Amino acid sequence: MAHFTKATSIKDWLNQRLAIDTVERVMMSEYWIPKNINFLWAMGMVLVITFALLLVSGIFLLMYYQPNVDTAFYSVNYTIMRDVDFGWLWRHVHGVAASVVFLIIYIHMFTGIYYGSYKKGREMIWVSGMLLFVAFSAEAFSGYMLPWGQMSYWAGMVITNLFSGGSLHADGLVEWIRGDYVPAQAFLTRFFMLHVLLIPLAILGLIGLHFGALRIPHVNNQDGEEIDFDKEAKKYLAGDKAGSKVMRFANDFMSKDMMVVGIYLVFFFYLVFWNYGFAMDAVNFDPADGLKTPAHIYPEWYFLWSYEILRPFSVDIGLVAFAFAQVIFVLLPWLDRSPNTVPANRRGLFAIWFWVMLVNLIVLTAMGKLPPEGMFSQIGFVSAILFIVQWLMLPFITMFEKKV
Amino acid sequence: MKNKEPLILAVVVIFSLITYYLVEPYAHHVMHKHVESEHFAYADLPALAANGDATRGQDLVMGAGACTGCHSIEAAGMPAAMEAQDAAASYGVNPPDLSNVGVIFDERFLADLIKNPAHALKVEHKFTEESGKMHPMSAFAGGGGDIDQEVADMVAYLKSIALKAEDVTPKIAYENACGRCHAMSYENWTQIGEKPSFKEKKDALAYDIKVLQYEDSLKAYMGKLPPDLSMYIRSRGEHFVSTFIENPQAQLEGTAMPRVGVTAEMAEKVIEHMKDSGDTKRAERESVGMNVMIYIIIFAIFALLWKKQVWRDLH
Ligand code: HEC
Ligand code: HEC
Ligand code: HEM
Repeated sequence: MAHFTKATSIKDWLNQRLAIDTVERVMMSEYWIPKNINFLWAMGMVLVITFALLLVSGIFLLMYYQPNVDTAFYSVNYTIMRDVDFGWLWRHVHGVAASVVFLIIYIHMFTGIYYGSYKKGREMIWVSGMLLFVAFSAEAFSGYMLPWGQMSYWAGMVITNLFSGGSLHADGLVEWIRGDYVPAQAFLTRFFMLHVLLIPLAILGLIGLHFGALRIPHVNNQDGEEIDFDKEAKKYLAGDKAGSKVMRFANDFMSKDMMVVGIYLVFFFYLVFWNYGFAMDAVNFDPADGLKTPAHIYPEWYFLWSYEILRPFSVDIGLVAFAFAQVIFVLLPWLDRSPNTVPANRRGLFAIWFWVMLVNLIVLTAMGKLPPEGMFSQIGFVSAILFIVQWLMLPFITMFEKKV
Repeated sequence: MKNKEPLILAVVVIFSLITYYLVEPYAHHVMHKHVESEHFAYADLPALAANGDATRGQDLVMGAGACTGCHSIEAAGMPAAMEAQDAAASYGVNPPDLSNVGVIFDERFLADLIKNPAHALKVEHKFTEESGKMHPMSAFAGGGGDIDQEVADMVAYLKSIALKAEDVTPKIAYENACGRCHAMSYENWTQIGEKPSFKEKKDALAYDIKVLQYEDSLKAYMGKLPPDLSMYIRSRGEHFVSTFIENPQAQLEGTAMPRVGVTAEMAEKVIEHMKDSGDTKRAERESVGMNVMIYIIIFAIFALLWKKQVWRDLH
């Protein structure tokens, strides 16, 4: 049995039981971060803060929300928006954060792709990151069902329909997912459960995994430099703070994280109070009506690119393309055959690949929202093909990349 | 090494803004027909032909005009002859009380309405000759004299008994212009009036039954039940609602909703009332927003200073 002595202070008492000093060292003061990173590396912390905002605002909403098809819309739009003090504020924070979190996730992902941060021991960071992306997508979708507005209902209808698998006609599966023939009470209650319990739990676990995966390989840096963390850390601890290539996570990098978070929050609250329309679709302020199909059904903006990969093709091919788009990003560390972990601009063809991919995703996003008519459907078709071709080409482009 | 952060920030911001532009303003522009406001000028209707005389107008409204055969005028001591649901059973909808129509509706519109209701209301497509249907409000065929003069007199009378514009609250404007067709449950409004609070459950149910009877007649008349407008300011937005009231046909061709004929000032009040229902906390949002902003900017400044201090030793 461990040996305990009379504690000399509360800290000592805790130390003997929880080793808080060690934890602090491992996670904060001697968790070494390269100095040559830019503000894009603060996006992880921005995501943590946004997730915290989602969690807190969600808990407040949960106190008044009623998961019942007859009262859900009213509980949100009357009780929360009108009756409860500051209910509107929590709802706007929650809605805007749910949308903005995806903007930051995409920036965070593309930072990883640009700097090659998914390679050489960082594969698990990438995979856990993609799992977080999937979990956040499910969280956003299930949350969108809850107000039981027109878009909740019809997006729920369209997306669950995908599971029939086109000509497979797996209608039984669709009914199993819905718990009914159409989205109704059983559907709402289970998405409520997913949204407030199961998926948040999964997200918390995945965030833990994501952080754990970061600890051993450390974060990458913006110059593709191989850093000997032990040597540089010694230098730092010996007092040569300026000469060392690394810094402590806390407070050194944390102070920069907080600076970026501060600027981000100014932007975030500007959206919450003055420009929330993009995050709270107007159509969803009409109560769900199974007899009235809205003129345009579209998912929230962050799903548009994958929706557009589904749409231009015939049902079966579309579903295959869609499934491809959902999983392909996870495989990036293995599809990229190049040994170089350097910024994309030094990687020849890969640089072109990167920028084309980014621009093409934006084009797909735009086409996913626009009605699929005339020129828009042609552009969407070409972009969807390009997306697939780009991924198929990636191993070949990177195989022949020169070592830098 | 040169600091690349400004360039990186510019790239991130530009790509985000392009995406925003495409999925928001641009997509909306493509998906929704843009209707310009006509500023409630009713330019398709002729101006009033003559100076009206309110006293003669009063006789016409009560007499040859036959308005009071269908409408109540509480301001002139003429209460409704029937309950709303019974009136709706005969006319499809309860003819509104005329006390304040002189201030709510535009005068050109009123004049045209009296002479040719289906025309002023822009619902002639529903009352064609082939359909054999007649608009439930009969057209005024003239009281023996110059019909334009007579119409002007009636309009002058209706204006003379109405409230002054500044005394019309958003609620009154809504109830007069929209309330006979559109419920607004978040403001406790039903098409037959504001729902009182009843002590006895059976009284409350009896009231609900009247509302249902009314809605049945309305549905039969309109072809569908006009929607509850509680949240419409958020689901449609101010610009849509405003141009829709001005001319429903311009937004939704063939719709059963009539052109209501309100003045620009009253349209604003109607919209104000819709905000009172669907966007109740708009003033609080502004003030809380300013306070939060100030707080966050101070936080950001402190964070910046802290970073500067910590990083001084790192270079
Ligand atoms: C035969 C019955 C009848 C008579 C007579 C009649 N009305 Fe009407 N009136 C109606 C009905 C029914 C409506 C509602 C029509 C609707 O909403 O589609 C109406 C609507 C109105 C409106 C509201 C229009 C709007 O845009 O909301 C006004 C104002 C009005 N009448 C004025 C008059 C005046 C003035 C007269 C006399 C010259 C008159 N009415 C005579 C039945 C009548
Ligand atoms: C005589 C009855 C009547 C009156 C008065 C009336 N409406 Fe309507 N309104 C309707 C009907 C019927 C519809 C359904 C139209 C449709 O779906 O084609 C409708 C639909 C609407 C819609 C929804 C349009 C859409 O996009 O689906 C709005 C908004 C609206 N009305 C606002 C108003 C306002 C504001 C007023 C008062 C200034 C008003 N209405 C007065 C009958 C009326
Ligand atoms: C939404 C939940 C997420 C949270 C809270 C989160 C958090 C973090 C944090 C705090 C870091 C370290 C700081 C940084 O480099 O930014 C990080 C790094 C990283 N994350 Fe995430 N992340 C999330 C989602 C994702 C996603 C969707 C991906 C993409 C698949 C991803 C991929 C990465 C990668 C590759 C790194 C390492 C960066 C490097 O080494 O330079 N993360 N994440």
